[in-house]
Amino acid sequence: MCGIVGLFLKNPALQPQLGALTAQMLKTMTERGPDSAGFAIYGGGAHGRTKMTLRGVTEVLRPDFEKSVLSLSDSATFSYRDDHLVVSCPDDAVSAIRELVAEYGPDVTVVSSGDSIELYKGVGLPEEVAARFQLAQMSGTHAIGHTRMATESAVTTAGAHPFSTGPDQCLVHNGSLSNHNTLRRQLVRDGLSFETENDTEVAAGYLSWRLSQGERLDEALTASLSDLDGFYTFVVGTRDGFAVLRDPVACKPAVMAETDDYVAFASEYRAFAGLPGIESATVFEPEPQRVYHWEHAA
Amino acid sequence: MSVALSNHQAIDLRETTIRKLNATLQSEDATGTWLVSHPEGRHSIAVGLTAPIDVTIDGQAGYYAGGMNQHANLVIKGNAGPGVAENMMSGAVRVEGNASMAAGATAHGGLLVIKGDAGARCGISMKGVNIVVRGSVGHMSAFMAQSGNLVVCGDAGDALGDSLYEARIFVRGTVKSLGADCEEKEMTAEDLQLLQRLLKEAGITEYSPESFRRYGSARRLYNFHVDNAAAY
Repeated sequence: MCGIVGLFLKNPALQPQLGALTAQMLKTMTERGPDSAGFAIYGGGAHGRTKMTLRGVTEVLRPDFEKSVLSLSDSATFSYRDDHLVVSCPDDAVSAIRELVAEYGPDVTVVSSGDSIELYKGVGLPEEVAARFQLAQMSGTHAIGHTRMATESAVTTAGAHPFSTGPDQCLVHNGSLSNHNTLRRQLVRDGLSFETENDTEVAAGYLSWRLSQGERLDEALTASLSDLDGFYTFVVGTRDGFAVLRDPVACKPAVMAETDDYVAFASEYRAFAGLPGIESATVFEPEPQRVYHWEHAA
Repeated sequence: MSVALSNHQAIDLRETTIRKLNATLQSEDATGTWLVSHPEGRHSIAVGLTAPIDVTIDGQAGYYAGGMNQHANLVIKGNAGPGVAENMMSGAVRVEGNASMAAGATAHGGLLVIKGDAGARCGISMKGVNIVVRGSVGHMSAFMAQSGNLVVCGDAGDALGDSLYEARIFVRGTVKSLGADCEEKEMTAEDLQLLQRLLKEAGITEYSPESFRRYGSARRLYNFHVDNAAAY
């Protein structure tokens, strides 16, 4: 199973409500994925600065960690939400902070980084996870979320979606891949590293790898149709928007709704029931093997 | 002691659970017309009905709406999720919007009308139902269909009628590809008569039966062919 939701706002007036709308959508997908949940939310980036979302900087570690980061970059700021921390820093401080994080061992990890992405995930009911990170109070331009019913790997925070393997990129997935071990080995030979045994992390890594070769997102997704074997409905988040792809068999559900104000994606229509103006939205099912892509003008 | 139910009833799904709605509609005493409001994509709305009642779902239905229907007349004012009217035995289900995948799956009888498009695998393993789609159907529609009729006024996706048994398929638009063992058949006078009746029952008057093409089973997969023995 698993549930996926996505919300891309066309009307900036809705931005303060992005978190609340996403939280509501996630909650309705609880029956599809009650074991863990996560979301990536985009917005609030500042020119020349990077947002790094970290997990595992416990209260005990905080004073020492902040002091170390500030010694690398005195303009860094820190924003905590439960066990996640967003460090905002100048772009040129990112690699030094990554090296610093590595010194704290495997319990402290960078889960995403980019101009505008923040990424949060955890084990538990979607409603509880959303509340823990105060998703309902967040604003932004677009968000994607996932409720997980684990099949291919363990129920852990690291195994929850979304997976981010490149700047401002993230992926959520409903389905299961059958060639992820082979593909993981190939990608590792090409220099990628993976943190879990999860199949979706491989798909995310695969897309990031293709993007890093200079492909556009739609090209990378089209290539995945030949290279990924299994069942999938993917939603990919990028700095400016999101994309949707279903495998050729398309047994995993997907439905979309579009109005003048937003484009919404979900595994089931139920997730749309609370969206403003949904009664008059254009509701349709994305076709298999076709890349759908929405983005804000840069 | 049961309470006789009056002819016009309304049930609001923001106030009533699906379980209670279905128990009410499945009651032996249920008669008349029913309006189900605020469906909001909930699953299993109006399933397992056995009485000849009229039920209108005023909005979007989730999975399996009208499943296992017998005798009841169901109208869905919006879109329907996966498996609408699955395993229907008799009666009618009409969807005013689009239907998701596996519409009318395994249905034995009755009439399913979809005014918009149907998704993948429409009429999969159908066993006697009549399905009329005013729009188009997705890939692998009528997969392993055994009997009944699938009428598509628009186009059909890939692998139409794959591994078909004896259902008849009528398509007015283009067929992206035919599945294994499905072939175009001659349209007989009997077919035209049947099609005329189905279009009429579905309330479609703008298309003439002559504008459709008929597809059916080539019957090459019915029996094991000894020449293929070496493949196993």
